[in-house]
Amino acid sequence: MTDLFSKLLQYLQFPFVRYALIVGVLIALCSSLLGVTLVLKRFSFIGDGLSHVAFGAMAIAAVLHVTNDMPLVLLITTISAILLLRTGQNAKIKGDAAIAMISVGSLAIGYLLMNIFPVSSSNLSGDVCSSLFGSTSILTLTQAEVWLCVVLSIAVVAIFILFYHKIFSVTFDESFSKATGIHADLYNLLLAVVIAVIIVLAMNLVGSLLISALVIFPALSAMRLFKSFRSVTICSAVLSVVCALLGLLISIAAGTPVGSTIVAVDIAAFALFTLFGKILGGKA
Amino acid sequence: MAQLICDHLSLGYDGHEILHDLSFSVEAGDYLCIVGENGSGKSTLMKTILGLTAPIEGKVLWGDGLAKNEIGYLPQQTVVQRDFPASVWEIVLSGCQARCGLRPFYSKAEKALAEENLHKLGLEPLKNRCYRELSGGQQQRVLLARALCATQKLLLLDEPVSGLDPVVTSELYQLIESLNREGTTILMISHDIDAAAHFASHVLHIGKTVFWGTKTQYMQSPLYRRFAEGGTDA
Repeated sequence: MTDLFSKLLQYLQFPFVRYALIVGVLIALCSSLLGVTLVLKRFSFIGDGLSHVAFGAMAIAAVLHVTNDMPLVLLITTISAILLLRTGQNAKIKGDAAIAMISVGSLAIGYLLMNIFPVSSSNLSGDVCSSLFGSTSILTLTQAEVWLCVVLSIAVVAIFILFYHKIFSVTFDESFSKATGIHADLYNLLLAVVIAVIIVLAMNLVGSLLISALVIFPALSAMRLFKSFRSVTICSAVLSVVCALLGLLISIAAGTPVGSTIVAVDIAAFALFTLFGKILGGKA
Repeated sequence: MAQLICDHLSLGYDGHEILHDLSFSVEAGDYLCIVGENGSGKSTLMKTILGLTAPIEGKVLWGDGLAKNEIGYLPQQTVVQRDFPASVWEIVLSGCQARCGLRPFYSKAEKALAEENLHKLGLEPLKNRCYRELSGGQQQRVLLARALCATQKLLLLDEPVSGLDPVVTSELYQLIESLNREGTTILMISHDIDAAAHFASHVLHIGKTVFWGTKTQYMQSPLYRRFAEGGTDA
């Protein structure tokens, strides 16, 4: 045990490990805050869909030889998020189908582009694999990236706190909100933008395919036990941060892939919360 | 001056017209029941009144000191709400949201108003309960309390008793009636024609034939007799 502890302390000497911990915790916090709203709005899969869009965008950036692909990826993902949340309400193609369409479509186009215009490396499937499942990029973060992440996270948390009551109203009952003169469309747009930002951020941490887990698991776990919106939100944020931290430490100590380890911890927490929910179910 | 005037409204959705040239008005303190068969456009009419759907032609006018956002609305329950983790208090308080504007948090006055409406509808013992664990009638009362937080002037109720058992239904009708006696204007969509005949002061019957008038006039009209006897809406 002391061995493990000193080993972790030793790792913490490295700045890249500290960066990884900071960024990991921040992303876990942000994604869990919005996860509650997304799960309730029946947009659980938007994380997965948007991450595929981000993958497609990265492919385009690679083909265009854009060295810093972040702005382009952010722009394309934001536009897709807005389109998805818009169509969710009153379009011919409903929420789940729209997400499926956009996610499969951009994944295919991205892969196609990377095949037609092979760029960076010769190991194409290796590239694809690492952007889907999360590479070691969280361990290669620069100081500038960490600051960017910190600033964006503070912005997301601030927006969430300031608009908390409005997000609740709009999520619980959009018709009522609109009828009583709340600008529901505006808040939906704001949510879409914030979600897109978080997903682009999170791609660095866990990779595309595992982003959904960060959005969904803490929210669903919290809903097993808690019954008011405020307690569910707080619990899911705390849980998500704890799981991310635990997952990161385990992956550093045991040398396992970062993203999958965090999700494994999230799954364990979900199982635990479900069990507690069942036990307490009768009286709570 | 009337609180609400619908002036030569034609409505529908996706450019598909359901109702043509509909005119009626609602005075303060009225209890208007909007009845009609399924698909006759009741819900579309309500959405148009609320400004959620634009009318194809005509206008919805607000008067008598009533601003557009001073409407309390009791919508039909959605799938999302059925498993939404929210306490009664959070939901009732969210009725005050429109008063907040851009201010992020609720003021003391707004919290007091929410407390008052909890008390009015007898919901105080349920204040910290989870909404999804309440019975259908209790849920409707919670949503009614929320609507009252938005306004005391005019309430729009969309099929408030659907899915409730007879006892709870009559309790809810009495509650609505007592709100009306205290001066709240009521607009209620219903296909319960007996309730319309019993509680309403005015009736708007929409469908192939349109009727608008007081309850007494309505009950003498051939439309009511045919509808009440279970015939078709000719």
